[in-house]
Amino acid sequence: MNPTDVSASSDAPAGAGTAIPQLDIDPFAIGFFDDPYPAHQEMREAAPVIYLHKWNVYGVARYAEVYAVLNDPQTFCSSRGVGLSDFAKETPWRPPSLILEADPPAHTRTRAVLSQVLSPAVMKQIRDRFMSAAEAKVDELLARGRFDAITDLAQAYPLSIFPDAMGLQAEGREHLIPYASLVFNAFGPPNELRKQAIERSAPHQAYVTAQCQRDALTPGGFGACVHAFADKGDITAVEAPLLVRSLLSAGLDTTIYGIGAAVYCLARFPDQWERLRQDPSLARNAFEEAVRLESPVQTFFRTTTREVELGGCRIGEGEKVLMFLGAANRDPRRWDAPDRYDITRKVSGHVGFGYGIHMCVGQLVARLEGEAILTALARKVATIAITGPVKRGYNNTLRGLESLPVTFTRA
Amino acid sequence: MTTITFIHPDNRSESVDAENGASVMLAALTHGIDGIVAECGGNAVCATCHVYIDPAFVDRLDPVGDDEDALLDGTASERLPNSRLSCQIKVTPALHGLVVRLPERQS
Repeated sequence: MNPTDVSASSDAPAGAGTAIPQLDIDPFAIGFFDDPYPAHQEMREAAPVIYLHKWNVYGVARYAEVYAVLNDPQTFCSSRGVGLSDFAKETPWRPPSLILEADPPAHTRTRAVLSQVLSPAVMKQIRDRFMSAAEAKVDELLARGRFDAITDLAQAYPLSIFPDAMGLQAEGREHLIPYASLVFNAFGPPNELRKQAIERSAPHQAYVTAQCQRDALTPGGFGACVHAFADKGDITAVEAPLLVRSLLSAGLDTTIYGIGAAVYCLARFPDQWERLRQDPSLARNAFEEAVRLESPVQTFFRTTTREVELGGCRIGEGEKVLMFLGAANRDPRRWDAPDRYDITRKVSGHVGFGYGIHMCVGQLVARLEGEAILTALARKVATIAITGPVKRGYNNTLRGLESLPVTFTRA
Repeated sequence: MTTITFIHPDNRSESVDAENGASVMLAALTHGIDGIVAECGGNAVCATCHVYIDPAFVDRLDPVGDDEDALLDGTASERLPNSRLSCQIKVTPALHGLVVRLPERQS
């Protein structure tokens, strides 16, 4: 398929504007999380832009419009929050992120720092360490045979490698997953998930705030590297801890959900698992395709800075627009057989890591972890069987499982 | 349209008529050229659209920017003086007949 064969304009000449259908869908309800795909289809087919009256937001679920919004950060800004809460009207639950919840030119400077901390050249230095840790983890799991692929693999592997790579102290790491879960729940509306997460947030926030300080971080880790940019004058000493916080917020849970998604895909698509075993060099693309298909980060909001026409529909200034990344990644207008997991698919252009200036700055770490685990699985494991009840996890932004009991047999 | 020739590591070559204004990376993806992965889709985050520019064309391209320079330090195959990221090269009529070699590996 021609990857350029999708287009949406946010600069169409002003006209009456196509009517925007109002849909009775709550994309943050438990029932929606259990099976979002019929609702995704309904939203994609209804119109290029829809309105969800449950939360009074506009929504885009087709690839072309999601891509257009991601690529026009001047019109669809992030500084008013990338959750439902509008920072122009409400006080944010925590000090805003200097990168995620910022617009150019402020964003450009902080983004450049984190890009350098997590660059391809840095990945080369940590690659061997991440690969051998994955081999050790898979060996350990093969010895056990039967285990939970979420807690014992998708969580355990990143926990065995990422906090050390950050340079975190050994104590208190049990706060990392609850903190990340809180951050991603907080992008959602004021439902039970968000309220409960924020009610219980104090100890996790206190831990993360303390760990972001310079003297808490081991030299040589990603965290210390961020602080080193303060010495060069690229950022201030006040900004550095907040940028470390971004890595702690977004660097762990996302990869856990990504690895969980990949293992779940390989367990459900045995022909693709067989293909991966025959050619372990497909591991990196197999991970990427799982990120497309499952879209661990399902949604983000933007806020309009002016009246705009999108896909022929008019949206006023100061409106929240919800991007359905997971629906765009399965839009049949863009993807052939979108619901199929195909580890040889040319997957470039998916929006599972976002797109444009805010595209995930840690995507190379995520891919390295995914590639490492799937390579080790392909080399060492013969069969992956689901041998117990699969339980879904619930989060306002993240899609993934809470429990996936599996049995591995040795190759 | 501007003709671009991609030469694979096994010396097999493929020529495509690329749309002016698009990037060389996008032209490769659009025409199904294997060997350009473009994990980040052209957002200058990864280094998986690495190419070696035919020496005759190196000076016709805009110089390497700071961001591209840093990313090129992370390519999976060796960085050479004629290494570029194809997402940063805009197709223009002036590049008609451009020849690029694909590296052994992108990741």
